[in-house]
Amino acid sequence: MSDRAGIGETPLAVEHEDRPELRHHFADVEQQRNAATLGMWWFLGTEIMFFGGMFCAYLVYRRWYFPEFAAASRSLSLPIGTFNTTVLICSSLTVAMSVRAAQLGNRKLQVRMLLLTLLFGLAFLGIKTKEWGDKYKEHHIPTFAFNAHDLIEDNQHLFGLDKLQGDPVKLREREAEIQQHSKIFFSLYFALTGMHAIHMIVGVGIFVVVTWMAYKGRFTPEYHTPLEIAGLYWHFVDIVWIYLFPLLYLIDRKPIS
Amino acid sequence: MTEHSEHIASAKLYWFIWLVLIVGTIITALVARVDLGTYHGIDANTVVALFIATCKATVVVLIFMGVKYTHEKMTKPILIGAIFWLLLLLVLSLTDYSTRYAG
Repeated sequence: MSDRAGIGETPLAVEHEDRPELRHHFADVEQQRNAATLGMWWFLGTEIMFFGGMFCAYLVYRRWYFPEFAAASRSLSLPIGTFNTTVLICSSLTVAMSVRAAQLGNRKLQVRMLLLTLLFGLAFLGIKTKEWGDKYKEHHIPTFAFNAHDLIEDNQHLFGLDKLQGDPVKLREREAEIQQHSKIFFSLYFALTGMHAIHMIVGVGIFVVVTWMAYKGRFTPEYHTPLEIAGLYWHFVDIVWIYLFPLLYLIDRKPIS
Repeated sequence: MTEHSEHIASAKLYWFIWLVLIVGTIITALVARVDLGTYHGIDANTVVALFIATCKATVVVLIFMGVKYTHEKMTKPILIGAIFWLLLLLVLSLTDYSTRYAG
């Protein structure tokens, strides 16, 4: 796009006929691309605020009710959590690779990488569903059926219950407290992993569309902005999980002495 | 008018970042099971876990999300601004809630 001097004589809405993907209100492809990615970064900024509120609630309660949080965290499966983290990391790699394939104009590799991304994304959600199912069986879903008796039994020393054996009234009080506080952990666990999973589901939806566009050959080395900003979103959701993993699964995994 | 050509990172670099992320995850999971002790009331295991997570997040942002290569001047200010506000929220809330019942 060269001639900007004659802007007064140019009609306002000139389509770039040689480049159908370039909207008329942008000077060139790079400006259009920068505007789109910048918009996604602003959105991700609001997403940081959104998750930040929940992380903040988590931190405050974790400080207040540390023993309950540690015990409840230990009831989550560490191998499954670790495995699911690696699944999500693999999906981030395939997203980066698909953007790279678009930059190189390799449609086949693009589609392949995007299909792998969908596969990893769905695998993550499947494993997450299994974990939630386990929590359901353990009565750890914070509803009326919530029950933390297994945590109380397994962590007598951690909760200081062994010292209260001679005092049944105080013992009952402490147990009721543990019940309530571990319920807060699981409320936060389901709020955080649930919101993360909703973001994953939205991400999978976006990537189904993007994969279709890639399959149709809509992305070229000059223009692949939809793929790129969808990728930014996917990496962001990955980063949220990178923090959720240690914060939820690894509160205290030290050997109990 | 100059058009910056988009930076294309090598596939090797992406694989390397992937390896770093996987190894970081495994180290996090393994180190969590070792008692690293507490210093001035701060649990060293938590510090290590969050430090590794922050390293992982940083390489994802810089390489996978391309912040290292972008020509767009506003991306970094937006990102730094967002992180700054997040830390403001977390740090100020924690200083409040963790000293509220002291004395």
